[in-house]
Amino acid sequence: METIILFAPLVGALICGFGWKFIGEQAACWTATGFLFLAALLSWIVFLTFDGVTEQVQILRWIESGSLSTDWAIRLDRLTAIMLIVITSVSALVHLYSFGYMAHDENFREGEVYKPRFFAYLSFFTFAMLMLVTADNLIQMFFGWEGVGLASYLLIGFYYRKPTANAAAMKAFVVNRVGDFGFMLGILALFFLVDSIKFDDIFAAAPELAETQLSFLWRDWNAAELVAFLLFVGAMGKSAQLILHTWLPDAMEGPTPVSALIHAATMVTAGVFLVCRMSPVMEFAPYATGFIVALGACTAFFAATVGLVQNDIKRVIAYSTCSQLGYMFVAAGVGVYSVAMFHLFTHAFFKAMLFLGAGSVIHAMHHEQDMRNYGGLRKKIPYTFWAMLIGTLAITGVGIPATLFKLFDRPIGFAGFLSKDAIIESAYAGGTGVALFAFWALVIAALFTSFYSWRLMFLTFYGSPRGDKHTHDHAHESPPTMLAPLGVLALGAIFAGMVWYKPFFGDHHKVEAFFGIPTSEVHAEAAPVSLPMAAHAASEAAEGDGDGHGDGHGDGHGDDHDAGTHALPGEGAIYMAPDNTVLDDAHHVPDWVIWSPFIAMLLGLMGAYQMYIRRPDWPAKLAANQRPLYLFLLNKWYFDEIYNVIFVQPAKWLGGFLWRSGDGRVIDGGINGLAMGIVPFFTRLAGRAQSGYIFTYALAMVIGIVILITWVTIQGAG
Amino acid sequence: MDNLLSIITFLPLVAAVILAALLKGEDAAAQQNAKWLALIATSATFLISIFLITGFDPNDTGFQFVEEREWILGLTYKVGVDGISVLFVMLTTFLMPLVIAACWDVTYRVKEYMIAFLVLETLMIGVFVALDLVLFYLFFEAGLIPMFLIIGIWGGKERIYASFKFFLYTFLGSVLMLVAMIAMFVDAQTTDIPTLLNHQFASETFPLLGVEVVGGVQTLLWLAFFASFAVKMPMWPVHTWLPDAHVQAPTAGSVVLAAILLKMGGYGFLRFSLPMFPVASDLLAPLVLWLSAIAIVYTSLVALAQQDMKKLIAYSSVAHMGFVTMGIFAANQQGLDGAIFQMLSHGFISGALFLCVGVIYDRMHTREIDAYGGLVNRMPAYALIFMLFTMANVGLPGTSGFIGEFLTLIGVFQVNTWVAAVAATGVILSAAYALWLYRRVVMGDLIKESLKSITDMTTRERAIFAPLVVMTLLLGVYPSLVTDVIGPSVAALVDGYETALLAADTRLAGN
Repeated sequence: METIILFAPLVGALICGFGWKFIGEQAACWTATGFLFLAALLSWIVFLTFDGVTEQVQILRWIESGSLSTDWAIRLDRLTAIMLIVITSVSALVHLYSFGYMAHDENFREGEVYKPRFFAYLSFFTFAMLMLVTADNLIQMFFGWEGVGLASYLLIGFYYRKPTANAAAMKAFVVNRVGDFGFMLGILALFFLVDSIKFDDIFAAAPELAETQLSFLWRDWNAAELVAFLLFVGAMGKSAQLILHTWLPDAMEGPTPVSALIHAATMVTAGVFLVCRMSPVMEFAPYATGFIVALGACTAFFAATVGLVQNDIKRVIAYSTCSQLGYMFVAAGVGVYSVAMFHLFTHAFFKAMLFLGAGSVIHAMHHEQDMRNYGGLRKKIPYTFWAMLIGTLAITGVGIPATLFKLFDRPIGFAGFLSKDAIIESAYAGGTGVALFAFWALVIAALFTSFYSWRLMFLTFYGSPRGDKHTHDHAHESPPTMLAPLGVLALGAIFAGMVWYKPFFGDHHKVEAFFGIPTSEVHAEAAPVSLPMAAHAASEAAEGDGDGHGDGHGDGHGDDHDAGTHALPGEGAIYMAPDNTVLDDAHHVPDWVIWSPFIAMLLGLMGAYQMYIRRPDWPAKLAANQRPLYLFLLNKWYFDEIYNVIFVQPAKWLGGFLWRSGDGRVIDGGINGLAMGIVPFFTRLAGRAQSGYIFTYALAMVIGIVILITWVTIQGAG
Repeated sequence: MDNLLSIITFLPLVAAVILAALLKGEDAAAQQNAKWLALIATSATFLISIFLITGFDPNDTGFQFVEEREWILGLTYKVGVDGISVLFVMLTTFLMPLVIAACWDVTYRVKEYMIAFLVLETLMIGVFVALDLVLFYLFFEAGLIPMFLIIGIWGGKERIYASFKFFLYTFLGSVLMLVAMIAMFVDAQTTDIPTLLNHQFASETFPLLGVEVVGGVQTLLWLAFFASFAVKMPMWPVHTWLPDAHVQAPTAGSVVLAAILLKMGGYGFLRFSLPMFPVASDLLAPLVLWLSAIAIVYTSLVALAQQDMKKLIAYSSVAHMGFVTMGIFAANQQGLDGAIFQMLSHGFISGALFLCVGVIYDRMHTREIDAYGGLVNRMPAYALIFMLFTMANVGLPGTSGFIGEFLTLIGVFQVNTWVAAVAATGVILSAAYALWLYRRVVMGDLIKESLKSITDMTTRERAIFAPLVVMTLLLGVYPSLVTDVIGPSVAALVDGYETALLAADTRLAGN
């Protein structure tokens, strides 16, 4: 079944891409879509019936060289199962949506066939992404990793006539390659240390890695720390984290369904998946994970600030994605991998929906993307409005804080509310200074998130129409193929969080059961009794001493947690070390921590309401008053400009310099000056006697051979 | 079939002789006949060589299909293949029919052109199968002549300059190799390569002209061979002949040059330097590793600055050969496997890339990148093929380009992490120059008037690319096709190398 899920999209892509001439354009697109829905259906069956025990399916031998031996193989565990449904569901819906969105594209001329190409790319992307998540070794994962990069490159540059799209496509690929450079070194180091790149072997060796020193470049490093860091560099590129984030906003040049699928729901979350997948190594690398937390928090904050002032509707959502990915990394970094996956899971629904909703708005407005030219669209496109509203409620985190009310022992709220609050609480429970910093950064980012999300809603759907009157008059609701996916995703955005709250962020027995981590009998029995007591003690300790929460919790839980034998690295889909109690601690944070994101959300909403509904003249005034700050944010902290000056231009200059001076003057002119002196001489000679030069050479060679043969014969005779 | 190797080697030569002797006239019909004869001869060679690969036993690490007979002047004609050389023979026979098909539109002195390629094929196969020093040198050196003529007669405007630069560089290197070969003969009293592989050349330090030569005779011999092979590869900083030669060579010539001739250098390192002079190899490996790493970064940067498509791909070739030399002198299983794999894979990929340039050069008669733009509008099939090979060149997993790069990097990481890290930046730079080329040539709107009537690839052109596409993807997905064949021989090579080093250490300790 897993094999069918994996290859159905590839078959669909091939039939669609190469077969459309034979079966017709429309049939080709439906074939690709059909295969995707099949994969989605099977994925849900796999997900719902999966028992948590890791399965492996070998398909074909791959790279074999000495002790290096890898296969094309599928590893199915809970992480994979989660990713399967996320990828195939969103992809299937995006395929369906594209029938409407791509029906008449002004970037192509009459009679040009572009739809089969588009669907083939989408299906190929899905295949590569599935390859990434089902891999049972790092190098197959790298195959998927680069495969999605290629698909992303092709789809960002889909409008190949637009220079901006081509530039963005190339930028995405090259910047991702910078990350891949780290990823690659990580794989090399792991093979050097473990003599294998299969996950099972790596996980089993993880505790050893923590004890090993590896000499890399100028000094010795702790092997686990180094590997974790290098792999994370790869994740930074793919998941657009700070420093390597610059490609993501530009990637919005691609068609909107692409943004929804690749640059929101799936590909960009590959980095988070990688960190979770490598949790057995990450758990032994406290400094590397500290770095992940810090960088994730910075990204969440940075992207949220930039999102505040962008005018392009897609760019706002792009920065929002960047920011939400930062949240996920914070969760993974503090050691609650299940929570990172939780947010990945819910984010896929509501962010895909926001993008598809934005696509619907853009579709209605004749490919106008500037929000300054929107306004008052609520009545014109009501279904899209409701979908976007649900998406906004989800991303801003609307719900009832757990301390007030719980239903069936879980909080009530939109999907983003449950997962985001879980991250913020985990960050607080993380206990380290970095985690505390992350906590505050994330709370502030939550405020900004709320502000820019509502700003988007108010600018688009409220107020009076701005911009081209003709466009507004002709604004129309999208066809059913586009609205149906919005409806399905809306269900996810509302309920996904509440339904799956327990397995991702329940008490650790539920989480362990869900992720297939073995727990002992004793542990399971003792738990229900000891938990409430521990909870009580812990919350008291935390309330009593805000700063010392890390220690207090550790003590409060020590007995409870060590009651059973602990799982070894590699057992189950994720690994949490015995001393990692963040998941438990996160349930016992003080009330004000639980309330803080809620309050931040309300403040953001009120701010946006004040500035875009009540006093629409304020934003312009504020921008004028705080011009340097405004420009700083509008220009995305000037990352692109700085990179251009310190990387792009010098590389070009250096290339030219090495070519003209290095190759030209020094090598041809200096070291080989002799040869260069002789060449013109021979050339002149050749000019005089057309055939002369051939003999010159032949003669020299004959002399050589004669010398050799003479030697041989003399010696042979002697 | 006792004479299989000789048949494969000399069949093209026989065809060349027939062509020279029997075919008269310069009219279109005669030209057509010459091309067909060459195509049939090279195809037949390939078909026969299939017996070679099917009859080859990978688990036997010795030489197979060995033929040995007396020859003129007391010399021995001895040929044979092992796991290291057999696939290079296959690469050559596989590519030559495509090369002939690629020069179907040539009209200038067609008969001679075909003869040059047929002779060249014999000489190239000869290099890979020769098991006698003299024979090897003969093939190695003689191979220059047809290539020299192909550039010098059928090349572009600056062909004379380029052909002489090509000749002088490679020849000056070869002279030193000749001296070294004589010295080897004096020392071992034989020119038989299998015997020489088991001969121990002295590695004790001795003074020469007041300089202490560490590694002794081995070092001197190694350096002499290095001079020849490094130029051939080509390695930085003796690579500058290659871009000029490529730019001036006709398309088919570029394909042969990049796909096969360059591999002779790598093959030489594998056949001579590493197994015969292990102490010197070990001693000088850091030098080679660093030259390789520099080559990768340096030539990738230079490629970024190019305005001429062929030059860009030529520099990219140098960078890719950097991975080869790096893998070889990592001297472990992964490094060597990767190096051989990279050479084979580069044969398909660089060959295809030069063909890609040829396709549009045939139409527009310019290689200037700026003369193009937006080709995808009128040439979708071309855009697809070019994309595939661009990605293969960049080393995308799933294509053969990735396997070689990955294995060599894994190999070298175990030896020197600095070199591995510097070389790995190649993955970033290669993406930059390759995609930038693609973007400037293929992407964008088609604005230039001159391109408005350009046509997509013909059936003949598609047929040439098809086998290359298949091989690139097949080897990327199932590299065991190659590694199963080369693995045991490489393992034996590594084993012998390490044993020799150990023995040398003990001797040193004994003294």
